[in-house]
Amino acid sequence: MKTTKFTVGALSALLFVGTLALTGCGTNNGSSGAADGSSDELIGVINVEGSDTIVNMGQAWAEEFMDQNPGVMITVKGGGSGTGIAGLINETTDFANASRRIKDSEVDSAESVGVEPFEHTVARDGIAVVVNPANPVGALSTEEISAIYRGEITNWSGLGGDDMDIVLLSRDSSSGTYEFFKEAVVGEDAEYAREARLLVSNQAIVDETAGNEAAIGYIGVGYITDAVSVLEVDGTAASVEAVLADEYPISRALYMYSDGEPTGAAAAYLEWITGSEGQRIVEDQGFVPLG
Amino acid sequence: MSRVKRARMMESLAKGIMGIATLIVVGIALFLLGYLAYRGAPSVTWEFLSQAPRKAMTEGGIHPVIMGTVYLVLGTAAFALPIGIMAGIYLSEFAPRNLWTRLIRLAITNMAGVPSIVYGLFGFALFVMSMRLGVSLIAGALTLACLTLPVVITVTEEALRRIPRELRQASMALGATRIRTVRKVVLPAAAPGIVTGSILGLSRAAGETAPVLFTAVAFFAPMPSSPLDQTMALPYHLYIMATQAVRPAPHVVWGTAFVLVAGVSIINIIAATWRSAQRKKIKW
Amino acid sequence: MSIGSLIDSRDRSGRAAIRRTAEAVASGLIHASGWAAILILAAIASFLLLNASRALGEVGLLTMLTGDSWYPTSDNEQFGFVPMMAGTAWVTIVALLTAVPLGVASAVYISEFATGRVKEISKSIIEFMAAIPSVVYGLLGIALLVPAVKDILGLDTGLTAFTAGVVVGIMVLPTIVSISEDALHAVPDALRQGSAALGNTRWQTVLKVVLPAASSGIFAATMLGMGRAIGETMVVLMLAGNAGIIPGDPFVSVRTMPGTIAAEMGEVVRGGLHYSILFATGLVLFAVTFAINLAADLVLERQRKRWGR
Repeated sequence: MKTTKFTVGALSALLFVGTLALTGCGTNNGSSGAADGSSDELIGVINVEGSDTIVNMGQAWAEEFMDQNPGVMITVKGGGSGTGIAGLINETTDFANASRRIKDSEVDSAESVGVEPFEHTVARDGIAVVVNPANPVGALSTEEISAIYRGEITNWSGLGGDDMDIVLLSRDSSSGTYEFFKEAVVGEDAEYAREARLLVSNQAIVDETAGNEAAIGYIGVGYITDAVSVLEVDGTAASVEAVLADEYPISRALYMYSDGEPTGAAAAYLEWITGSEGQRIVEDQGFVPLG
Repeated sequence: MSRVKRARMMESLAKGIMGIATLIVVGIALFLLGYLAYRGAPSVTWEFLSQAPRKAMTEGGIHPVIMGTVYLVLGTAAFALPIGIMAGIYLSEFAPRNLWTRLIRLAITNMAGVPSIVYGLFGFALFVMSMRLGVSLIAGALTLACLTLPVVITVTEEALRRIPRELRQASMALGATRIRTVRKVVLPAAAPGIVTGSILGLSRAAGETAPVLFTAVAFFAPMPSSPLDQTMALPYHLYIMATQAVRPAPHVVWGTAFVLVAGVSIINIIAATWRSAQRKKIKW
Repeated sequence: MSIGSLIDSRDRSGRAAIRRTAEAVASGLIHASGWAAILILAAIASFLLLNASRALGEVGLLTMLTGDSWYPTSDNEQFGFVPMMAGTAWVTIVALLTAVPLGVASAVYISEFATGRVKEISKSIIEFMAAIPSVVYGLLGIALLVPAVKDILGLDTGLTAFTAGVVVGIMVLPTIVSISEDALHAVPDALRQGSAALGNTRWQTVLKVVLPAASSGIFAATMLGMGRAIGETMVVLMLAGNAGIIPGDPFVSVRTMPGTIAAEMGEVVRGGLHYSILFATGLVLFAVTFAINLAADLVLERQRKRWGR
């Protein structure tokens, strides 16, 4: 019986130590943490959530900022623009990354619980329409893409391609890219075709398009790789330069929303993101910096 | 052909077919585990286990992810073990044989069958929102504790059942109260079974994604410094890397999967072996 | 464990009183904990119902259960469950078709024919499968099964109900095997011996005597497996493809109820209609799995009474 007592004791000790480790390290809680008055050091916890288009850039920003400011703790999560904005309203996040504008209905929901969304533009982006590299179709018009995504054109042969049924790839409804593409291309009063496959991320669309000769999908320009082939839309192919020059038809701004004007560490973070260092990361990630 | 001969032939045939079925099942298990080890084991270096991720998860390691899971499990244990063990004691030692007890047992079996995503919904509504804990380590631990509770209760009750009645009777004949008997006689004897079973239940909790999806986790976070912080966790990390991460480094993906499965397996094997060793010592 | 401590019950007022109080407290806590399971289960049901009430009131259960379009975020919102119920059904069917024949056959082999080390090793390995987390199954599915399904069956994508169903089936195998095995083990040896005495071969005994006797237990195992398959989330999220159509066969991309909840839960605002609808989905899921588990439990209870184990 000594062994069992020992085991129970060991387990309790482990539990005890574990809980200590959690609470003992000091709490830097409070969202827009106040800067420590006695020194220049920033302290705070910043939770960021939302757009999958922005998530990798968000992580790169967080890594760099935390390196420079060790007293700040930043968490980053994807899930889609809708997720971020919902998080802002539910008060589970400090910043909502969004690749689309906040909707009026969302603003209403927010205000009804006392949350005031403030919009900050942090970068720009283009949405590329991609197909499999083996697909002979290299250019389409916005109307054609719209018809495809509404389910009205279902075979590549009608567009100058091979006789194959089009495999329609889309993001799912929590994605800002899904919403933006719907507004900009599919049509505000129309719906995506029912056969559209709702994939969870830009990367999932890239993967599926690369492996499927009949696929068509849409992704942020930052996600273009050699594995897929980028279509010319109304004569211009998606690229950072085209968006900067305002030549690409499917362009948008990327936003971060906060509840009210940010203060403390959160304010410093936002300022840093829109400053030269943050914008350099925007370029590294393949997005379009603020002009 | 004689009836006997036909019967014998059927016997061999049936045995063959079922043997093949078993072989297929076992084969699938071994193949999957082997493939996982083949793709994942090479990534597991000391650096991988001890460093934080860098450059969008393409460099560095998964240390905070591992620690996040460890903290979640510790938190789960802190809530599920006391309540679960006490509930198991109640069922085994104190509960009268009536309808209420039958209902309690029914509730436990049913809790075990509730899909993990429903626990996630429940946890989000209660712990994250109503109790205003926010998306946090503690909300996740509480949710996982609900999930693990039926396992702990069942395991405790079964371990206590194994103890022969005579032991309890002897103790009470000497004048000890029921509680005393439980504390000094029955519980220590059942401890190996309880500990092992609980560890197995906790290791299952370590691998669950759905309950922590909206209650605790973030894709990228430093190590939590308080129970109210968000945290990374192995199963969620794996899920995101497999479906959403941009150009995920395959070695990180498979390495994470391998660490998760290896961790869970090692704990299970140690627990099970320890239990066999303890059982051999005790002679009822 | 010292006998002396047990004999120590002479009433020495002070200490004994403290001990009695402590024991009363402990006893109270223990009795309270006994009810924990019922409390939590009731809490889950209530929270689901409470949060689903807005959806049930505004949209109505009937509309949800019979509606065939799911467009929760559009301005013209529609909340039909039929596509995802159909998706769940297909995944479950494929899963059971995979798991039940293989699982029951293995259980019979392990219980009735295998001996010694073969039996031990097979049992251990199959139990081990149960410890593998569902995300890992999902990852393996993406790496191994998705491309295979696409190429071998010539589909336009490997993300289908079939793919998800097969993997869920593999996940559910340990459950079916171990519970079936328990059921077979519960059949008394006397029956087997009697059958052998009448001149039956092993297989004839199994077929004519043991299997019928264990049938309710095996049925319960299948039901529990079905319950698990219906509720599986991660594998489906990763492998089923997530299209909103009502599938006529399992070789297309589908949505399932748990998958939809997991995919959309992040984007809903507390108190909103979409939030409430997801809870309604959770409620339906809870009700279905509860019913299945209840049925399985009653069947197993009957088997326990019958064979005394």
